[in-house]
Amino acid sequence: MVSDVATSADGEASSLLARDVGKRFLAADGAAVQALDGLSLAITAGELVSLIGPSGCGKSTLLRLIAGLDAPTSGELRIGKEPIAGPGAERGLMFQDPNLFPWLSVRRNIEASLAARGTLRARRGEVDELIKLVGLEAFAEVYPHQLSGGMAQRAALARALVNHPKVLLLDEPLGALDQFTRMRMQDEVLRLWQARGTTMVLVTHDIDEAIYMSDRIALLTARPGRVERVITVADPRPRQRNSPVFLELRAEILERLHFAGSAEAGSARAETDMSTADGSPTSHRISPDKMSHRRPRQV
Amino acid sequence: MSLKDLESPPIITDRRESRPALDLAARRGGQAMAAALSPAVAALAALSLHQFLPDRQVLPMTWADSLSAWLHPYPVLLATLLATSLIAAAAQGAWPRLRPWGRHHAPLLAGAMVTLGLWDVTTVKFDWLPLPYFPGPDMVLAGMIDDRSILFDSTYRSLKLLLSGYAVGVAAGLVSGVLMGWFRRVRYWGMPVMKVVGPIPATAFVPLAMVLFADSFLAGTALIALAVWFPVTMLTTSGIANVPVAYFDVARTLGAGRVFLIFRVAVPASLPNVFIGLFMGLGASFLTLIVAETVGVKSGLGWYLKWQQGYAEYAKVYAALIIMAVFFSSLMTLLFKARDWVLVWQKGTIRW
Repeated sequence: MVSDVATSADGEASSLLARDVGKRFLAADGAAVQALDGLSLAITAGELVSLIGPSGCGKSTLLRLIAGLDAPTSGELRIGKEPIAGPGAERGLMFQDPNLFPWLSVRRNIEASLAARGTLRARRGEVDELIKLVGLEAFAEVYPHQLSGGMAQRAALARALVNHPKVLLLDEPLGALDQFTRMRMQDEVLRLWQARGTTMVLVTHDIDEAIYMSDRIALLTARPGRVERVITVADPRPRQRNSPVFLELRAEILERLHFAGSAEAGSARAETDMSTADGSPTSHRISPDKMSHRRPRQV
Repeated sequence: MSLKDLESPPIITDRRESRPALDLAARRGGQAMAAALSPAVAALAALSLHQFLPDRQVLPMTWADSLSAWLHPYPVLLATLLATSLIAAAAQGAWPRLRPWGRHHAPLLAGAMVTLGLWDVTTVKFDWLPLPYFPGPDMVLAGMIDDRSILFDSTYRSLKLLLSGYAVGVAAGLVSGVLMGWFRRVRYWGMPVMKVVGPIPATAFVPLAMVLFADSFLAGTALIALAVWFPVTMLTTSGIANVPVAYFDVARTLGAGRVFLIFRVAVPASLPNVFIGLFMGLGASFLTLIVAETVGVKSGLGWYLKWQQGYAEYAKVYAALIIMAVFFSSLMTLLFKARDWVLVWQKGTIRW
């Protein structure tokens, strides 16, 4: 991992560097929790990197630090050469919950950041383009509660993109979607990424998603989180979800996460989609998080 | 019973079931007819009772004696309602589109007229409820017409006082609510004040208000504003303080500054709460208005009510009550309409 830091492309304005980052915060019961400790990671401009690791390993904490919503307790975070100090429009963040403002129509949601920064008048045309890009032309004037989960997430994506962020941070953005919608959205995110050259950091629980989308995958250790290993996905795009390279990588990651050899690891994922009584999609999935108890003792 | 019996029910059962189905359709049609005609029937019944039963209540000499027979408003009202009901029933017969609407409203209208008839019978006709406290509908309506100009003026003055007090209270409540919801320190100092002063009914401040304000209109405005201010502040504060943090996180990553966070995120997100405060405040303002008008302000519906009570003119007291009902209910309806318009983005709200 240290070598990753060394190879960082300092010249690029949208490269991302985390050096020896630690984050400690107080839990509700007053106990100090060390979420991240000595985490280092370098992401070059235009790269798509996934963060994978057991639940509670601080993936989301890291994204919040990069977004500037929280400040690290120790270490250093930089975008290009600029240290990160507070949130900024050059870093977009997309959550698992679309978090659309329910009082604004889809269009007004997408316009929100332009309105916040006083550039709405000059760039209104881009909003229409973006709405078309995410395929929501017919729903532009609709309020969020009338949208399906996938449409809401597309609107949130458009909202995060309207600023032309140099870095787009995706915190399990597709986690709440059903399998088919998720696969379609993966392609859409990839399409946008390729069209715009945005640097992307994707937190995911889905190993297949990480392999399908990323240039590199950073495996994080359990709390306190640090980068255990960075795996480069050498498979050229568009990737086949069942190509030998793909399956090989999946086996490697499973092994790294200590799932290899167990009965479940052979099939990797047993997934069923069902709907709950209120019609919202849920997915039951055997994923590294849900099995953290299988983790062997720390070395 | 064997399994086979269960699988193939005897044919005769089918026949039996088909006949009730026909009956049901016929009964539905009959019910629709009955619903459409019910207001007319009720109006006719109330009118006949009024015209043909002898009066038992002995009226004292009043202004009502000077009314000529054809000027008595109650039979005129009933006749008008009867005619309207008949036209409405005919319209429903002609345009099937109107039927669901009629079906919904007709029984309510009929019920209202039955109530009028019962009122007439228990007072004027059988004298079960004594004068002067329980005049019949004819007298109340006549009282309303007799005092129409002063009632109109009183309503206007009440409206003016209510709206000025409500506007001041809402404005103050929104400002203090946003400040207390947003700034922790303001909440620290403001909450105890709210907790101590807030629960006192505004009407308890009547003596103080009369001393502080030379003008009774100002005193009334201040009292109503105080009554409105408390719930609006409380609900706005809690609304703003409980906006999901995620909305602020999103807004901050979109490059929003503090002004945007307060006025474009916190305030709209708390609007559903704010409207609850506005409704509570409106209810409190009605109460305070009437109390203020009966004890200090020398005008308005509350004052009129007290004044007529002094002369034991209960017909006019009821007239004022009916006007208040219409007046307050209309304001409530207006606020509901405003809520529906502002909160279109919300799903599932209570209908008024």
